[in-house]
Amino acid sequence: MNEVILYSVGSLGTLAIVAAIILYFVAQKFKVFEDPRIDDVEEILPSANCGGCGYAGCRAFAEALVKAGTMEGFNCPVGGSDVMVDVGKALGLEAEIAEPQIAVVRCNGTVDNSPAKVKYDGISSCAAAATIYSGEGGCSFGCLGLGDCEESCDFDAIHVNPKTMIPEVTNNCVACNACVIACPKDIIELRNVGKKERRIFVSCINEEKGAPAKKNCSVACIACSKCFNVCPFDAIEMKNNRAYIDYEKCKLCRKCVAVCPTDAIHEINFPLKKIKPAADKAAPKKVATETKVDLTANLVTEQKKEVVKKEAPKNAAADAKKEENKKA
Amino acid sequence: MKTFKLGGVHPPENKLSAEAAIETIALPKQVTVPLGQHLGAPATAIVKKGDMVKVGQQIAKATGFISANIHSPVSGKVFKIDNVYDSSGYRKPSIIINVEGDEWVDTIDRSTDIDANIKLSAKEITDKINEMGVVGLGGATFPSFVKLMVPDGKKVDYLIINGVECEPYLTSDHRLMLERGEEMLIGVSILMKGLNTNKALIGIEDNKKDAIEDLKRLAQKFKGIEVHPLKVQYPQGGEKQLIQALTGREVPSGKLPLEVGCVVNNVGTALAIYEAVQKNKPLFERVVTVTGKSVKKPSNFLARIGTPIKELIEAAQGLPEDTGKIINGGPMMGKALLNTDVPVVKGTSGILIMPEKESKRNEASNCIRCAKCVEACPMGLEPVLLSKTSKLELFEKVEAERVMDCIECGSCSYTCPANIPLLDYIRYGKNKVGGIIRDRSKK
Repeated sequence: MNEVILYSVGSLGTLAIVAAIILYFVAQKFKVFEDPRIDDVEEILPSANCGGCGYAGCRAFAEALVKAGTMEGFNCPVGGSDVMVDVGKALGLEAEIAEPQIAVVRCNGTVDNSPAKVKYDGISSCAAAATIYSGEGGCSFGCLGLGDCEESCDFDAIHVNPKTMIPEVTNNCVACNACVIACPKDIIELRNVGKKERRIFVSCINEEKGAPAKKNCSVACIACSKCFNVCPFDAIEMKNNRAYIDYEKCKLCRKCVAVCPTDAIHEINFPLKKIKPAADKAAPKKVATETKVDLTANLVTEQKKEVVKKEAPKNAAADAKKEENKKA
Repeated sequence: MKTFKLGGVHPPENKLSAEAAIETIALPKQVTVPLGQHLGAPATAIVKKGDMVKVGQQIAKATGFISANIHSPVSGKVFKIDNVYDSSGYRKPSIIINVEGDEWVDTIDRSTDIDANIKLSAKEITDKINEMGVVGLGGATFPSFVKLMVPDGKKVDYLIINGVECEPYLTSDHRLMLERGEEMLIGVSILMKGLNTNKALIGIEDNKKDAIEDLKRLAQKFKGIEVHPLKVQYPQGGEKQLIQALTGREVPSGKLPLEVGCVVNNVGTALAIYEAVQKNKPLFERVVTVTGKSVKKPSNFLARIGTPIKELIEAAQGLPEDTGKIINGGPMMGKALLNTDVPVVKGTSGILIMPEKESKRNEASNCIRCAKCVEACPMGLEPVLLSKTSKLELFEKVEAERVMDCIECGSCSYTCPANIPLLDYIRYGKNKVGGIIRDRSKK
């Protein structure tokens, strides 16, 4: 009995040892050399594998970076400057600090601003709908509201607001570019987050002349050039019947926002402007006669302050301005 | 009875306007003539605001090889050249003319006597068709003269004339065959001369027995023209299906009918060619069916290009109250219109006014893998696979599964028991793959 066990264990054990030795030599012969630094870099990267860097995942980015030997042209938008600095330290290279960016939806053709003239009864895909017709509101450059951008986002940062049918970007956005590519109308653009997270942009990419543009949407850019004329920093370009603000040149002075006749230019995360003189004259009168109105006015002001503080829909600024104008 | 082998469906025919003789409707006050009414590059306008034009005068010339000339359908003053909504759902450049009177250019022969004497040579025929802006009136609007330019080494065995009109509701071709059969057959002879072939086969679906009888009788006067009835099956009018039914030949995937020695033209195109070659009349009017279950007077109107659709609807005694959709074309392949100001163009074969209760699609549910769509596809494709991969945007796979062979007939969507909008997804995939192929060939 003991012999059987002895022989079984002995022969299998010998087989195992022989196999191990063969495997060892084979592994050594066919070993692929990989720079160990690639593993180090990959550790530091956020492992989102989103493709925002332009490479097929974090490992591919790490490989390309280590091979290139320089940090020039490499940026992980998800990790941001912190991660790039750490990667630089690991490789002994100088990291390029890129300006943080965020996705911006350049259309404000909500159901109110661009009322529906037809009803779409097709598949729920912006890309497919774009091949069929110009959109329920009639503007052929505007947002279709079917949510291709929302579906493409891996970071839960962009959602179509069901009341307005326009997508809204939250601070989860890491500027990975997925929604920019998903949008068939090229409405979304990556722009600098801006100092104190403030940014100004023209929320319209309509290239039709002013009259037909305005007919389809009340907040369209009509290319009147008032913003272009008032900008002291030459940051605005008039091209193809629309205004475009260069975010590198813009110094956030807001002169353009004030002169835009259609409210097409949006300002994000700015404090409320001082109330205009005309409104001031009206306010004291209201306080004297109707306390009810006064309370409401305070409520609205409180609400407005709340809204501006939160990183809420960019429409808040425009809406707040509209409320002001309504009251004035 | 002859028919095509693969797939097909049989939707209810609803040929409500089959008995309605062609009626010429009154001229509108203003016409909108889009510059892109044909396959290929849009034409370039050669008139400007304020110019006076006459009926038949050329107002736009072809841009490049695959393009067509456009002639004024009315006499009057050019109001403006602007972007206007057309049936594509987008604003496209168009010439808008305010109508004044009905003066024709004097080069057009307005006599109604039938001229069977073909004086022009084959090359002159091709040039004349090009000059007169004739495009395929079956709906694809391919510039007709290009089909006559047979490359060296290829020979046309059969000219095939499409009198099938397989789309439900549409009857314009039927009426043309009944009322202008002889002129249409002369047009066929002109095409035979242009293509240097001596055999023409006319295919007509068996639900048009009167047209089959009439044309069989008239065709006896013509050498080489045969009339064949075909089984009523959708999409018998598809080019490749028609070729297979009439000649038994199969066009290889991705190739043109010329590969098997055939050229296909619609009966309406044949008539337009007769008018262009024998009467020097450019293409500026066509027969449009206005029909629908609630339409008071389903009709076939001879309308000038550029007439707003609402004028045709008025002539059919107005828009019914329960209208849900207004479709440009038939119920299988047509496209819903955005508004009724959209003009009639060379490719407008019919306007179908669908009542509300038939307009809404049923709720789509999950695919049950029944393969009815595969059975129905006349091109032998797998709609379930094409639609799924298009939805997932796996365009390499979509192309590999031969989406470019899809003729967008809609048989798959029609048969799907789960109401999945198969054709919508496939069209999207085809659109994207088409773009990818174009970009690849540019490099």
